[in-house]
Amino acid sequence: MKYFKFLLSLVATIGIFYALNTKLGSIPPLGKFLNPTSGIWQNETDESITGELQIPGLKDKVTVHYDAQLIPHVFAKNDHDLYKAQGYLTAKHRLWQIEFQTYAAAGRLSEIVGPSAINYDRGERRRGMGYGADQSVAYMEKFDKETLQFVQDYADGVNAYIDQLTPEQYPVEYKLLDYGPEKWTAKKTALLLMYMTKMLAGYDDDLEYTNVLRQIGKENFDLLFPDFYDITDPVIPKETDWSFIDVPQTEAPENYPVLDTIRKTIDKPNPDNGSNNWAVSGAKSTTGNPILANDPHLGLNLPSIWFVMQLSTPDYNAFGATIPGALGVISGFNQYISWGETNATRDVIDWYKIKFNEDRTKYLHDGQWKDVSVRVEEIKVKGQESYIDSVLYTHHGPVVYDKNFRSTNERAGYAMRWIGHDGGNNQRTFIELNRAKNYDDYVNALQYWNAPAQNFVFASTEGDIALWIQGKFANKWEGQGKFLMDGTDSKTDWQSFIPQKFNAHTKNPKRGFVSSANQHPVDEQYPYYVFNDGYETYRNRVINDFFNSKKQFSVDDFKDLHNNNFNLKASELVPHMLATMDTSTLTEEEKVVLEEMKAWKFNNDLEEVGPSIWRQWWGKLRQLLWDEFINDDMAMAWPYTYQTIHLLKNNGDHAFMDILETTDKKETAKDLFLLSFQKAAKRLIEIKAEKGDYKWVNYKGTYAKHLLQGLPAFSRYNIPIGGDRNIVNATSENHGPSWRMIVEMSSPPTAIGIYPGGQSGNPGSKYYDNFIDDWAAGKYHSLNFLQSDQANDKIIGTQTLTPASND
Amino acid sequence: MIRNITNLIATIVLAYLLSMVLPWWSIMLAAFITSVLIPLKKGLVFFIPFFAIQIYWGAYCYSLSSANDFTLAAKISELLTLGGNPYKLIIATAIIGGIAAGISGVFGKQLSTLFRSE
Repeated sequence: MKYFKFLLSLVATIGIFYALNTKLGSIPPLGKFLNPTSGIWQNETDESITGELQIPGLKDKVTVHYDAQLIPHVFAKNDHDLYKAQGYLTAKHRLWQIEFQTYAAAGRLSEIVGPSAINYDRGERRRGMGYGADQSVAYMEKFDKETLQFVQDYADGVNAYIDQLTPEQYPVEYKLLDYGPEKWTAKKTALLLMYMTKMLAGYDDDLEYTNVLRQIGKENFDLLFPDFYDITDPVIPKETDWSFIDVPQTEAPENYPVLDTIRKTIDKPNPDNGSNNWAVSGAKSTTGNPILANDPHLGLNLPSIWFVMQLSTPDYNAFGATIPGALGVISGFNQYISWGETNATRDVIDWYKIKFNEDRTKYLHDGQWKDVSVRVEEIKVKGQESYIDSVLYTHHGPVVYDKNFRSTNERAGYAMRWIGHDGGNNQRTFIELNRAKNYDDYVNALQYWNAPAQNFVFASTEGDIALWIQGKFANKWEGQGKFLMDGTDSKTDWQSFIPQKFNAHTKNPKRGFVSSANQHPVDEQYPYYVFNDGYETYRNRVINDFFNSKKQFSVDDFKDLHNNNFNLKASELVPHMLATMDTSTLTEEEKVVLEEMKAWKFNNDLEEVGPSIWRQWWGKLRQLLWDEFINDDMAMAWPYTYQTIHLLKNNGDHAFMDILETTDKKETAKDLFLLSFQKAAKRLIEIKAEKGDYKWVNYKGTYAKHLLQGLPAFSRYNIPIGGDRNIVNATSENHGPSWRMIVEMSSPPTAIGIYPGGQSGNPGSKYYDNFIDDWAAGKYHSLNFLQSDQANDKIIGTQTLTPASND
Repeated sequence: MIRNITNLIATIVLAYLLSMVLPWWSIMLAAFITSVLIPLKKGLVFFIPFFAIQIYWGAYCYSLSSANDFTLAAKISELLTLGGNPYKLIIATAIIGGIAAGISGVFGKQLSTLFRSE
């Protein structure tokens, strides 16, 4: 009996130990996770912002002042210490995030979350994310050891933080997923920059267009997906003189797109990823100082994509938004200049059909069999054996689709040509911008920038404003890369690049302002071929109309414009629909909705119902109109919004208006307006019954989600903010202005800024999401630009980083 | 009675000391050791270490969390579907620790019984 009791208690002891020490499904190991000595209770804490910290490898003392927003103001004596401190402080506040983002970039999520991420990881491996990061480290090793050393300093800083952490101090997400941080490396910074490149310049519809072209023919394709619209309000003003460009566009060879059927393409970044920026000259500013603004539109995540810092040495003093994992200030200002970025919409990804030999060791190119190289991708999987994916590479780039991935063709594949793979020295641009003093320094800094192509806005205390569209762009022949190309013919290769000095730009234009909002970079007069998958056509016109509306502008005008909720898109279609639609058959309930729509003044404000009705109506209308493009068997792209509205208004009898399902009837735009309105009204009435109303604030329900699969407990819901996509205040459900900054170029510059998050990455900190309410209300925080390492009254804590005597 | 209180206090003190050098299961080891050194009777073999660790973990969690306005505890409570109530999380934590310690206490008792009678 006593043996039995003993065995029973032994089994129970082992059992409870196992149960509490092991991650079971999504439940963390509860003993580890919940015990107060090393579990999550140790994360129930604020940040330490005082005292002295010893950091190995520092050359000199670094002073860090924190203000009430937990913005670190870093004063180092030299560059190496500065980037070490930046790495250290970023890790201190955002360690889990910087690691997780680079795992995501490298296609390593399966290591953390298990087999559910294998498909995602394969996509990233096949996209060549790790390959691109390797290329850029190799580039720095060969051509720019100085930048590589700074990147290494940053890594040393991150590692100094990791090394002094004990497991109980690990951020809470590590405890939840039961793993620990690994060493930071220069390659991880390169991966982070690849992640940005993918997010901003990783979108393309070439393969979808190939399917569309085959389905609807060239004439219809050109109608629905034109290179230019009937209106163009480009980034670089129309009147720009291009006569200085003396290198011609590549001449088009005889070529035909390869009209394959492509079933499913890899995951793409959110097409709403975009931004606004603008600057007015001194003459157009109420104070006589140029003013600059930037607001990048990205997914609303927690911890936020941005981390605000002041970074200074005796040589320069920069302030603004940094991206955790990358060096320097990305969107910000120093004592002399300010800068910000929006996405330059250019097609920087092309696709080639590859013809392999029998054992896929060679591929055909200009009649020769050339060697395929293989990159073996080992995807480690938590709790399982590794998944091995061998990705074949040609001179174009990785063969993303082949018989092992979303294709069945034994002897063919589709290779990706992406400027993101070319390696480059993108990090250098930010390091140089941070210390730039004038327009020439800014232009000099930009030359290193390959990808993602950006519209870099600029203003200086000297009174200059400018905007360069910077990236490394292939000098393409007319139409090159719009569709899948024949990879066996070198004539379809990228033949050369547009010389950097011929990239489109404008300095001190006559109109007194520069602006960009992801629209057409240039008009037809620019001597090179430009094309992108869907240009923005609404925010740019609202912004430019605003700056053409009066003589001078103030910081308050800038704030108003950031928060402008005017829905130009709706205003261009709704009056036409209301005027042409036959409303005689509407029910009483539907008429109520109709009256609400008629009363709307096209502002996407919180309390309006108009924006919700418009969303529903437009959504249903598109579904009915583009039923030709709903296809489960192949990847399709839908026609551009601007062109869709143009067609509905000017060509309402076009064959596309017909609903395919109703074979006995030929619908026109007028019929579609009514049918879609009735469907929309039905859904809105349902929403009202379920939720009480369909006011825009409730309908939209903006939220910021935690990076880890949107864990609800660490996310913020129902953030009261207006706007929507294609509106200057581009806040949709989970996407929007991720950093709003306005800088007036006084000496020194005065700036305000805010982002929808908080400086701390710890969900247990009051600084985790404390900016969100002010951000939603359209408020800003003034950025306390310290001119020396002396604290002022805004500083609430000072920390000193001192060299550790490690010998 | 005195023996019970002695065991209770000894378990808390030992658990606290061991937790400085060992992972979370230091509480199991503490309960095991006191169970062997300060033998208890019947149900108390389980309940004394159970209460000891409940008191220790519960009080420790409360003091950490209240100092930070229960910010994280409320979120973790939501995460573990305890409705976002931080006190429920404190109680859940204390019970989990208590059960682990109680079972180790029983194991310690059974082990010493096995050897004593031989």
